Amino acid sequence: MPPTWLVVNGSRRTVTADPAMPLLWVLRDVMGMTGTKFGCGIAQCGACTVHLDGAAVRSCSVPLSAAAGKRVTTVEGLSTNRMHALQRAWIELDVPQCGYCQSGQLMSAAALLARNPSPTDADIDAAMDGNICRCGTYQRIRAAIHRAAGEA
Amino acid sequence: MNAEVSRREFVKAGAALSGLVVALQLPAYARTAAGALARLGPTLSPAAFLQIAPDGTVTFWLSKCEMGQGVRSALPMIVAEELDISPEAIRVEQASADPKYGDQATGGSSSISSLWQPLRKASAQAREMLVGAAARTWGVPASECATGEGSVRHDPSGRRLSYGTLVPVAAALAVPAEPALKDPKSFRLLGRPSRRLDTAAKVDGSARYGIDTRLPGMVFACIARCPVFGRPLTGYDADQARAMPGVIDVVPLEQGELLIGDFWRFELPGAVAVVAENSWAAMRGCKALDCRWEAAGGMSSAQLARIFRDRSAQAGRLGRNDGDAQTALEHAAKVVEVEYDVPFLAHATMEPMNCTAYVRGGRCDVYAPTQDPGTVSQLAQSLTGLDASAVEVHTTIMGGGFGRRFEMDWVIDSIRVSKALSRPVQVVWTREHDMQHDNYRPASYHVLRGGLDSAGKLVAWTHRVVAPSVIGWHAPGVLPPGSAAAAGEALDGAADLAYAIPNLRVDYCPVQTPVPVGWWRSVYASQTCFANETFLDEVARAAGRDPLELRRELLAGSPRHLAVLNKAAEQAGWGTPLPAGRGRGIAIHKFFSDAIVAEVAEVTVGPKGLRVDRVVCAIDCGLALNPDIITAQMEGGIVYALSAALKGAITLEAGRVKQSNFHDYPVLRHSEMPRVEVYILASGDTPHGVGEPAVPPLAPAVANALAMATGTSVRRLPLALE
Repeated sequence: MPPTWLVVNGSRRTVTADPAMPLLWVLRDVMGMTGTKFGCGIAQCGACTVHLDGAAVRSCSVPLSAAAGKRVTTVEGLSTNRMHALQRAWIELDVPQCGYCQSGQLMSAAALLARNPSPTDADIDAAMDGNICRCGTYQRIRAAIHRAAGEA
Repeated sequence: MNAEVSRREFVKAGAALSGLVVALQLPAYARTAAGALARLGPTLSPAAFLQIAPDGTVTFWLSKCEMGQGVRSALPMIVAEELDISPEAIRVEQASADPKYGDQATGGSSSISSLWQPLRKASAQAREMLVGAAARTWGVPASECATGEGSVRHDPSGRRLSYGTLVPVAAALAVPAEPALKDPKSFRLLGRPSRRLDTAAKVDGSARYGIDTRLPGMVFACIARCPVFGRPLTGYDADQARAMPGVIDVVPLEQGELLIGDFWRFELPGAVAVVAENSWAAMRGCKALDCRWEAAGGMSSAQLARIFRDRSAQAGRLGRNDGDAQTALEHAAKVVEVEYDVPFLAHATMEPMNCTAYVRGGRCDVYAPTQDPGTVSQLAQSLTGLDASAVEVHTTIMGGGFGRRFEMDWVIDSIRVSKALSRPVQVVWTREHDMQHDNYRPASYHVLRGGLDSAGKLVAWTHRVVAPSVIGWHAPGVLPPGSAAAAGEALDGAADLAYAIPNLRVDYCPVQTPVPVGWWRSVYASQTCFANETFLDEVARAAGRDPLELRRELLAGSPRHLAVLNKAAEQAGWGTPLPAGRGRGIAIHKFFSDAIVAEVAEVTVGPKGLRVDRVVCAIDCGLALNPDIITAQMEGGIVYALSAALKGAITLEAGRVKQSNFHDYPVLRHSEMPRVEVYILASGDTPHGVGEPAVPPLAPAVANALAMATGTSVRRLPLALE
């Protein structure tokens, strides 16, 4: 297997893995970055959301070959010291319960705010509908996105 | 066990039978659970879960399990309050499975209510000993000393000593048997909204769930088992799986059964594990397996439904029998009779089932996202033949529990595979495996009859619950489906109906099906409350009464119920007109934790179907320790219940679960989220658990709103299929 290089959270990384392996498992099992979560494996739940060249994608359904040479941002790279406006809002409003889906929620929300600094409720619905939360934190997520948008 | 046994009592009884429960209060001070702390010299430890070291470090061992409900924040807060320190100053450590911590099983909305007094008492003992040490050091009466911010001070002389400094003297004092507890009126932390202590790690990816366990040399495994429940493996061909890149081994697992404490039955399924260098290779290898199962003749949902209906024709085990319901129905001016169908449900936690085990040379470590560490330890001992001292359970935080993580099937998988390979193994279930091999919320069938007298008064009520038994599934030898305990569990919410009705009869008809059943957030109350509260609206319509007014009349002697009911109704604007196509419904339930919740749902029925616009929730959970966590649990319970009410159904075809992932077992999404408002009513001076009580009233509140909007009664779940 030829090595594949990609830029993960700003650092150029080389990995040797099957080019068909989903980016999710490359991150978690090959690179040891467990912040990105496995939820469904078929792009239905959003727990594995990362940014690929700035756009939110479901890493369970992106093969390593499609990420080759691109910029990958995971929740670990969203900011240093949890200083992203969304992370601060998430903490201020105590959004997470179990927290398992929140990496994906944050990455979808960050991609939304990057292209739309003042999203409406309808914009939030459209951008966030692919991210399931079983603990039912949707109302707080919405409030936290509005709060972060107000600060940015 | 009497017929009123609750899940919580059952779990405790199970633990007691298996020798797990010991007194939480241990008299020893200077008990050291951490070697590093022991080296600092004597420590102050009035109970196993609390220790103050001479360097001032306060360590709290969390005996319960964190699955999102907030015990990792709420329990340390109780310690901080009584010990007069800030919550952030407490080092929270997850306790390993050890009887010295008491019952570690986490469920039944019982963590706060069961630990509330023991935590306060141990913390007050520590504070009193520290005050005693300071008084002795200064030669002043203890009554002149005060505590705050981790120090004892003597205000008359302006002196102050930190807790750490006082530990060596305090540790030598006798532990006071009955320390003075704070008056709740003087609480400075409890009773106000305060931040959770575990949020930061959940926003930067650093929180480690079970599935994030990484050990040197660890391999990953995926499991294949028969799609028809309980059927054996008859053969398999692993050549293609072994040929997959990254696959290391294929391990057959023999079918069998295990009893723990002569009580709990655990199935050892006939299965095949594919072990690989990474999760993906294990999953691909598993797909490439050619397994042969004895799978013929499995039942369909339609066949099961017939079994439930047939069973309802015979009387069941009585759970309550006030007056003479039969005669009262015969003499009633009007009789309302309705049957309800409620489906099997999956738990569908966000984090799929997984567990990591390392069995080797006389030792076993299990890294388990579990709600029941004690049973994990016992199972590990049983499967490996090792003593308790050679087994360590590392309880991780969980990506959701909801009762699913009381089960042990995924734990058993990991221990068996690791034992076969003598290396660390993480078993990860795919979402499909998780969905198709759950212990499901039982399906149920309900027959209700209500009798109205000529004045329109509700004088008779019968409720027959037909359902598989969860206790009977787990402990068939000691508590079979026909036992009083099984009836007590299945009639939760039915037999304890709060309405004042003179003639009331409730019975339980167990049905045996091959479908594994388990505890699902709020358990049988999720079905019985739906039947009760939807039926009461049918009765109200038959009597020409407003459903709120009828409830008020029937709850006139229950002031806590009335207060909650009225609060929800007022805040929701009950009685204000709604446009066509919209409806409003109310329901109330007293959960077995003693918390009472009323919910009012507002719905719109339009071209896009049913939409829930708003849910107003009022709760009386006794003393409200952290209103923000309580609010979060109400919001969460409402969403969990709404997913189930609108969409949730597990159905069978030829014995196989038809649903496999979130595309065909849909759950609520952002765009479907109603506006949720939560109002907390105070009562009494003890807290009642809040993890589950928001669930039961939601489905009937929505169903009643839907019936109002459409004029058509709702008699089955999920509602989207109506």
